[in-house]
Amino acid sequence: MTTPVLRTTGITKYFYDPEKFQVLKNIDLEVQRGEFLSLIGKSGCGKSTLMYVLSTMDTDFEGELEIAGEKLTHRTQNYLADFRNHHIGFVFQFHYLLPEFTVLQNVMIPALKLGKLKPDEIEHRAIEKLKLLGMDEHARKKTSKLSGGQQQRVAIARALINDPDILMGDEPTGNLDSHNSRVVFDIFRELTSVYKQTIIAVTHDEEFARQTDRIVEMSDGKIISH
Amino acid sequence: MSSFASFKLALTIARVHLFSKPKQTLIAMLGVTFGIGMFIALIGLMTGLNDFTEEITMTSSPDIHIYHDVTQERASIIETVNPDGLNRVHHQKPKNETARLHNASRIVEVLRQDNRIYGVAPMLTSQVFYNYGPAQLNGQIQGVEILEEDKLFDLKSKMKDGKLEDLLAFHEGIIMGSGLARKLNLRKGDRVVITTPQGFTRTLKVVGIFQIGIGTVDNVRSYANLGMVQTILQQDQSYVTDINIKLNDRHTAKAIAPELQQKFTYKSEDWETANATFLTGVTIRNIITYAVSFTLLVVAGFGIYNILNMTIINKMKDIAILKAMGFSGIDVRSIFMIQSLVIGLFGALLGITVGFLLSYAISKAPFDGGDVISLDHFPVNFKMKYYIIGIVFGVATTAIAGYMPSRKAAKVDPIEILRGQ
Repeated sequence: MTTPVLRTTGITKYFYDPEKFQVLKNIDLEVQRGEFLSLIGKSGCGKSTLMYVLSTMDTDFEGELEIAGEKLTHRTQNYLADFRNHHIGFVFQFHYLLPEFTVLQNVMIPALKLGKLKPDEIEHRAIEKLKLLGMDEHARKKTSKLSGGQQQRVAIARALINDPDILMGDEPTGNLDSHNSRVVFDIFRELTSVYKQTIIAVTHDEEFARQTDRIVEMSDGKIISH
Repeated sequence: MSSFASFKLALTIARVHLFSKPKQTLIAMLGVTFGIGMFIALIGLMTGLNDFTEEITMTSSPDIHIYHDVTQERASIIETVNPDGLNRVHHQKPKNETARLHNASRIVEVLRQDNRIYGVAPMLTSQVFYNYGPAQLNGQIQGVEILEEDKLFDLKSKMKDGKLEDLLAFHEGIIMGSGLARKLNLRKGDRVVITTPQGFTRTLKVVGIFQIGIGTVDNVRSYANLGMVQTILQQDQSYVTDINIKLNDRHTAKAIAPELQQKFTYKSEDWETANATFLTGVTIRNIITYAVSFTLLVVAGFGIYNILNMTIINKMKDIAILKAMGFSGIDVRSIFMIQSLVIGLFGALLGITVGFLLSYAISKAPFDGGDVISLDHFPVNFKMKYYIIGIVFGVATTAIAGYMPSRKAAKVDPIEILRGQ
């Protein structure tokens, strides 16, 4: 197989408050390009913590992290911010769309930040991504006018605008009813099978996890099956 | 990463934030506007008054005034006779001397050779009584060479009635201060009887009325020909008590005065020393203006600090997601710094407009200076300098007030916010 898009070696992390506690214990993980991976485990097992380490937002850990062939340990915050802009897209339990902006503007922001394309090209791309998610007719609306499921679809479009190497989700269906969960899952499925999008999603929705390519289960800061 | 694209994006987000809460933005802006507006109005009025004060000070006192100070300390006789001894003289009194400047005409000649000096006017001044029926008004008469005096004090422009030249034509003429003339109920062409302290009486004809603008001068002073006053005082033609000097640059007076004092041995006083009490007012007014304006701006600054802090607390989630999507701390900071600078700049621009309108209104407000100062409107300064200071002040205050909340926004840890939900 080709080189993995994400690789960790010996990731260990402690929490110091209220007392020293080892939350991640020597985690080795490889994720291949195009894989749809779900990260499961009981509450407090460290799955979210691991995802934030993988997201490069949490830098307070020991061990090695490599994404898209690039070593990401001991980098500055500014470098990592730029790296996320290029390589990682996020979908959270809550949509976190900017309420003052339209749907289209929300989707465009990461690409405007990247600054590689002209604004009109970015707009064109954003419309395409919204089309992919069936949201293009709502492009000019304020995000607050949308339903929860629609907002989450806009958030996915935003996560995809810069064609990230990895799409990371933290309970992406956690706040949705079963119908909308289904819709979001189908979108993820389509993204991996049609567009070879790598997806890592933290979830406690067993049905969601069961349908992914690979399940990584964690317990007490360790990977117990993968 | 293109930093220009980042900046443009920060600008867009800042603009959307500002417009999404127009009321809040406007209130923050009005804080600055009020501060700057008051600063401009205050400083305009205060510096206007200062300039006016300095100008009338200059028209009433010469750059350097040379006179014989009879109370000046001198060496006692014992110190002259026994210079090495341990001498102690208690309560030494001045000698009985006249105020006469010896060799005055020679001094005047020497001074006129000096190229730092613009004009020299020898003068004789004396206390007199102006008789008004049975009442006597205390006053002062100055014997002058009227054209030299004009060169120093621009008397021509101060004439309310009559001409300076009339004094030359009419030896027994007198040009009287406006306040004094009003008290004595005199007009041009009337006659006035004056009495010297020595009891000598003379009738003079009023050939002109002047008004300098300061009550203490206009209410007591008259000008007459030097020769005339010498006669009234029963003195010879070389009797002169004062020499007034106008310099090319009056700010050199403080340096030149001691030099002249040493050269001619007579007391030589520069205008700043002579008007020290008058000029302390200038400093005090400046202190008040800057203190009040500074306070207003600090209050405005706190307003901006508060509003920005609230905005940032409300926007924690937005900041977290922006950082997750790849905004650096600097990008986030610029979003909020831009907001405070925009508030500051527009607030300040509006402020100088308000300040100008206020200044204009003040300058048109009637004001009666009474007998003390002849003013009918407030003197207001419209110098560009203060408007520029106003803008700089406004922007600087908001920059400082905005910096702390912006830095806080830059330091937001996205994980805390994103996980916290």
